[in-house]
Amino acid sequence: MDFSNLSLVTQPKIDSNWFRKDYLGALRVRLSLGRNNYRVNPGLYKLGNPGKEAEVIVTSNYKLSFDIVRRSLKGLNAWILVLETYGINVWCAAGKGTFGSDELIRQIKDSQLKLYVTHKRIIVPQLGAPGVSGHKVKDATGFSVKFGPVRAEDLKDYLSAGMKKSTNMRTVQFNLPDRLILTPVEIVNSLRYLLYAIIVVLLLSGINSNGYSFSEIWQEGIPASFYLLLAYASGAFIGPALLPWLPFRHFGGKGLVAGFLAFGLVAFLSSTEYSMSHIMGWLFISGAVSSFLTMNFTGASTYTSLSGVRKEMRLFVPIQIALILVGLTLVIVSQLK
Amino acid sequence: MDNQRYLKNVATLEYDSSMCIGCKMCVEVCPHNVFKMTNKKAEIIHLDRCMECGACEINCITHALTVKQGVGCAAAVISGFLKGTEPNCDCRAGASCC
Repeated sequence: MDFSNLSLVTQPKIDSNWFRKDYLGALRVRLSLGRNNYRVNPGLYKLGNPGKEAEVIVTSNYKLSFDIVRRSLKGLNAWILVLETYGINVWCAAGKGTFGSDELIRQIKDSQLKLYVTHKRIIVPQLGAPGVSGHKVKDATGFSVKFGPVRAEDLKDYLSAGMKKSTNMRTVQFNLPDRLILTPVEIVNSLRYLLYAIIVVLLLSGINSNGYSFSEIWQEGIPASFYLLLAYASGAFIGPALLPWLPFRHFGGKGLVAGFLAFGLVAFLSSTEYSMSHIMGWLFISGAVSSFLTMNFTGASTYTSLSGVRKEMRLFVPIQIALILVGLTLVIVSQLK
Repeated sequence: MDNQRYLKNVATLEYDSSMCIGCKMCVEVCPHNVFKMTNKKAEIIHLDRCMECGACEINCITHALTVKQGVGCAAAVISGFLKGTEPNCDCRAGASCC
């Protein structure tokens, strides 16, 4: 009796369709809600009815990654080997090493993959390469790692082309839709700080030439909160959206320009009479806030290096702090007149 | 459109062509087409596109390539600075990252 066939039955069987809970889950994590716990169990899965010659596709246990992989393989029979990355996507987990050679070797052995396939190939997403050393995995397991396309959407074309990648398939993109889909997470994650900043600005709005007035909090504080909101939107949304078109290579510089433009436009269009020091003050604050938030988008971007981020922070963090201090001083001075 | 150029002359990628055996793995794993094969040897053609992900280094069997691997994330640099550690986007702790 062939016992290897018996254990086949124990592999969870999945299909490539998405149901309502998958769409809702994807929407939820894109909004940064419960994103750290959106997971599937690691291990070997059967997509359709894979035979002993079916390909083995490796992915992370972030459920969104897993769902996109299975959906991309619609109509195919394949094995899907899910690594324990604690709910983190392939690329980020590879950077940390959790999507790495050791975990891949462990899953190949624990799942007894060699009992299910007769070939010795596994397809690892190319963006897993910062964590997976192909030769190390081969030495430890006998399976040779084929680094597949960057995007799961290209998996079918990659397979039908005989595991050949075009330059496009191996290149990371960062186009407008790629950037926009990442902005909600940044927006939601920094909301807390926006709230603190609004409270501070409301409290400062009460300062006037007679000392302190609570009615000013209402009169000055509401527009001030709006300016902050605008700077926030500029840094967390407009900056990332217009990334390639804004001047400077530094994200902080791009955000600074976006913040200046956003506030400048509103100040220009608004009919309210404000003193020059009030307007300049808010221009500086807007630039600083927007610059900081767009600088933080480096973490979501697909092409910034640690050396580069460090270099730009050495330049832009002092600029941001100076602009905030000068801006706040100007605004308070304008209130004292 | 090539809209993915970050700062110039900062990448820590180093390459010793005398150690290259022409296996093409660096070309295969690099997400930004930093390398090209020329006369059966790898060649760095776009150093400024390197994001220091480290994929080439760990897949270079002869160690011809080295790079200081790291995350290009300002939030990680800040949290590393505050905690006194190396920049690390610890998404598990709920920090804003990747």
